Amino acid sequence: MEQLVNKYAQKLIQAKLGKASGPSQPIIGGLDDMLVWNRPARETQVLEKIFDHLNINSLVFLRPAQPYKSLIRYLANQALSTTNGLIQPKDCETRTFLHDLPVIDSFNPKKICAVLKNRKSVIINPMDDTDSFEGPAIIAHGTVSPEQGFVTVSSVCFAGFIKFFTDYLESLQTGQATQAAHDLFDEITPYIQEEQKKAPKFIPFPFADEKTVYSAIIEAGRKTVEYGLVDSYFGNVSYLWNGTLYISQTGSSLDELESCIDPVPLDHSTSAGLTASSELTAHLETISRTGCRAILHGHPRFSVILSMDCDPMEKATCEFNTQCHIKCPKKRFVDHTPIVPGEVGTGPTGLCRTLPVALEHSDNAIVYGHGLFTISQDDFSHAFDTLLSVENRCRNLYFKKVFRLRNNPS
Amino acid sequence: MYGWTGKILHINISDKTVEIETPCVEILNQYVGGKGLGGRYLRQNARLPWNHPDMVFCIFSGPLAGTSSPTSGRAHMVSKSPLTGLVADSSVGGKLATRLKKAGWDGLVITGKSPFPVGIHIMDERIEFQDAAFVWMLDTHDLHRKINPQKASLVTIGPAAQNGVRYASVIVDQHFAAGRSGLGTCLAEKKIKYILVNGTGHTRVKNPVLLKKAREDILRLTAASPVLMGQSGFTCLGTGAVYDLMDNRRMMPTDNFTHTKFAHAARLNASMYTKTYHPKKHGCLGCHILCKKTGTHDKKSIAMPEFETMSHFTALIGCTDTDLVVQANRLCNIYGMDTISAASTLACRREITGKDYTKETVLSLLKDIALGNGEGKDLGLGAAAYAEKMGFPDAAMAVKGLELPAYDPRGAYGMALGYAMSTRGGCHLRAYPISHEILRKPVATDRFSFSGKARIIKIAEDLNAVVDALTACKFTFFAASLEEYARIYEAVTGIETSTQDLLQKGETIYYNERIINALNGFDIKDDDLPTRFFTEKGTSGNSIDIPPINREDFIEARSKYYKIRGLTQKGLPTTEKAASLGLEWNSL
Repeated sequence: MEQLVNKYAQKLIQAKLGKASGPSQPIIGGLDDMLVWNRPARETQVLEKIFDHLNINSLVFLRPAQPYKSLIRYLANQALSTTNGLIQPKDCETRTFLHDLPVIDSFNPKKICAVLKNRKSVIINPMDDTDSFEGPAIIAHGTVSPEQGFVTVSSVCFAGFIKFFTDYLESLQTGQATQAAHDLFDEITPYIQEEQKKAPKFIPFPFADEKTVYSAIIEAGRKTVEYGLVDSYFGNVSYLWNGTLYISQTGSSLDELESCIDPVPLDHSTSAGLTASSELTAHLETISRTGCRAILHGHPRFSVILSMDCDPMEKATCEFNTQCHIKCPKKRFVDHTPIVPGEVGTGPTGLCRTLPVALEHSDNAIVYGHGLFTISQDDFSHAFDTLLSVENRCRNLYFKKVFRLRNNPS
Repeated sequence: MYGWTGKILHINISDKTVEIETPCVEILNQYVGGKGLGGRYLRQNARLPWNHPDMVFCIFSGPLAGTSSPTSGRAHMVSKSPLTGLVADSSVGGKLATRLKKAGWDGLVITGKSPFPVGIHIMDERIEFQDAAFVWMLDTHDLHRKINPQKASLVTIGPAAQNGVRYASVIVDQHFAAGRSGLGTCLAEKKIKYILVNGTGHTRVKNPVLLKKAREDILRLTAASPVLMGQSGFTCLGTGAVYDLMDNRRMMPTDNFTHTKFAHAARLNASMYTKTYHPKKHGCLGCHILCKKTGTHDKKSIAMPEFETMSHFTALIGCTDTDLVVQANRLCNIYGMDTISAASTLACRREITGKDYTKETVLSLLKDIALGNGEGKDLGLGAAAYAEKMGFPDAAMAVKGLELPAYDPRGAYGMALGYAMSTRGGCHLRAYPISHEILRKPVATDRFSFSGKARIIKIAEDLNAVVDALTACKFTFFAASLEEYARIYEAVTGIETSTQDLLQKGETIYYNERIINALNGFDIKDDDLPTRFFTEKGTSGNSIDIPPINREDFIEARSKYYKIRGLTQKGLPTTEKAASLGLEWNSL
């Protein structure tokens, strides 16, 4: 347990959601017969009471670092004052796994337990300036491993980021942007406008043996994380070699794909895909339709944000405007990148039914509110370059739109 | 009342009388249904022998059965096991739970012994007892054809139960088995050949809008699950999809658990059954996952084996024929026998006698077991009693008398602890650690470590206990969680409920089972694994090392488990913990 609480504290720091020192240093507790913490902290007095009242084995506490700190505080303030204490992001990960994000206004064990007895996470956001507790903070729990809390906290930060930037653009388009939103945008923009690096080199095609295929997938996963093209560590990667699709496993961290790749034969002679990524069917269908070898899927933020950007006037009259993620009836693009609806997995509205069709005509496509898929015919270089360039393009387009609307609100 | 019907039917089969109990909503909410309510009635008779006339046989539905709640139409049977002397319980699919609810009953509690074979007909509030002497010797399929239940649900036993096989199953709606613990033998002891249930009512739902929303959330989660609805998942390939994985992970029980990898696995996997039998999807009433498969053999429809049957009738007994597996599965179903216990007992025999099997000898022995012929009589006692009788007790791969399923514990230490602690003996479903140790849900854990496993197993047992009380399907929890089911429970019953409330109900249900077992003399000496797992290594290779389990590590994890579960270090309940859960326990 000690090893796990330290590992996930470190991963929160590496993902830039937390910091190695100061208030944003993560606090993670793990309980088997004894409770262990990754570090001593004043907050553990309250957090220990949560362990007393809930049938759980782990807890993650994080005061998120910037820009998440400011934007989560902003969204939490809104939620407490207008929407019954719930932040309601529209991105796919939240919709599928978290549903919405509950917020409370004090670091009180009773109040925290009242939420966590039903939900995976709670955001603590004191509204009273005299409250000595420094917010906002996110608390998430698990019944199996601290990894559950880590995944939830990461997803909360990602969802908050997507929600703020999506809502801000829409508010500018409808002329309803508040001064508080402008101020927040200006405050956090410096944290996110980093210049993107040039794409790295990858193991070149052709791959001589199976071992090289594994190495190439592990490399692609690791670099996708290093370049910040994922929500924390999540996404999926596959490569077709000798009639077998090698694909990252479900719930695997893209920076730790060693021992987390499943070989899935195209002739269906084994069920090795049982633990494969939930997008296995979409990958197989894509390969069948396009003849590509490599597929990369990340959740780059501005690609996700722009995929949800829709003309507010049009949206207001669209009969599917509450089901954009599964029923958007329009052919939409960011530049030349198609945007398709579709949910995770294989259901009737699954992205496996929309994405492969789009990739027949383009080497990349964005799934509404979810993420970007790119393909290559040989090694991972082209797929990665595309992932990076589409995200950079989306980032530039987003800021252009925002500045244009701010400078010319009419 | 919403969710529940509020009525439990008590049947005294000795004198064919019935009584209707109308428990208050507080009792129903405390025990939920299924395994919970069944355990409540078993507790009242805990010290009676399994074959005592006053011993209960319970069949319960749950509050969600009969509603649109996903995968919530299972029934749960509870009694005392003739095989182990422990709590005997089994979740079973089909349409039984739904029909019981439609008939207006949350469950049946049957006591007594009939002097002659009897069939019970339940149509709404009309209860009739039919002389079943003329169908007593029929197998389950012939009986199904004879009764022709159509839309009704039919619960039957087969010849194995009537001939005293200690692991006889109950077959529901022809294809669904309440397999483990010998529940079929319990019904046979009461001379009940079958129960036919139908009804015309409906389950009332307090908040249909909230139910619809929570249902959509669960459907979305299951669609996102590769294990359930991916193209290598249970919907497409059935539970046999796990077969390749167990072999690849080097935890496929082979040659009575002397090895953990089977050389012939690649041509005996789920894909091979798909090619050979062209199975179609089939499942419990109202389920969208449809994990059961029905194939075609000699132009006839035939049930496809589940994963454990596929594995145990090949690797465990050293056979390499898919047709043998299909035929063995068919025989076990028509005779009404648990496939895991039957195959494991045969594997034990193979190890003791040194005689290998052919397809013919396996099928012939299964018939002998079911009909009580010759050697079959001893084999019908189960692996532990058989091995004891033969003078080789260590050859029985069982925990507390229940034969182990198809996951070698040397390849998953949570599974090792889960087997040892299980209240019904060697069972993978009480804690279901395969979920995180192999299938990576909700997240992956280190399968070769006991670190953290004591609490993980305890929480998972609580979870699965309440899932069996809700009479939901455990497979759904590879994708969804109690968070979604708490909302469904609230939507259906109108009772404000949280995930943690449900987990606490599960904890109470599970602790009640520990009390029942303790009253029957079970303690730390029984919470253990067969010696083989601590002394013999598995089949290492391909960078995966399968050493024997370190006994000291296991003992330490067991000790932690006792502490976390609120038991003494001898594995016995405590008055304080029992009282905190609203249960009664006075130390032995």
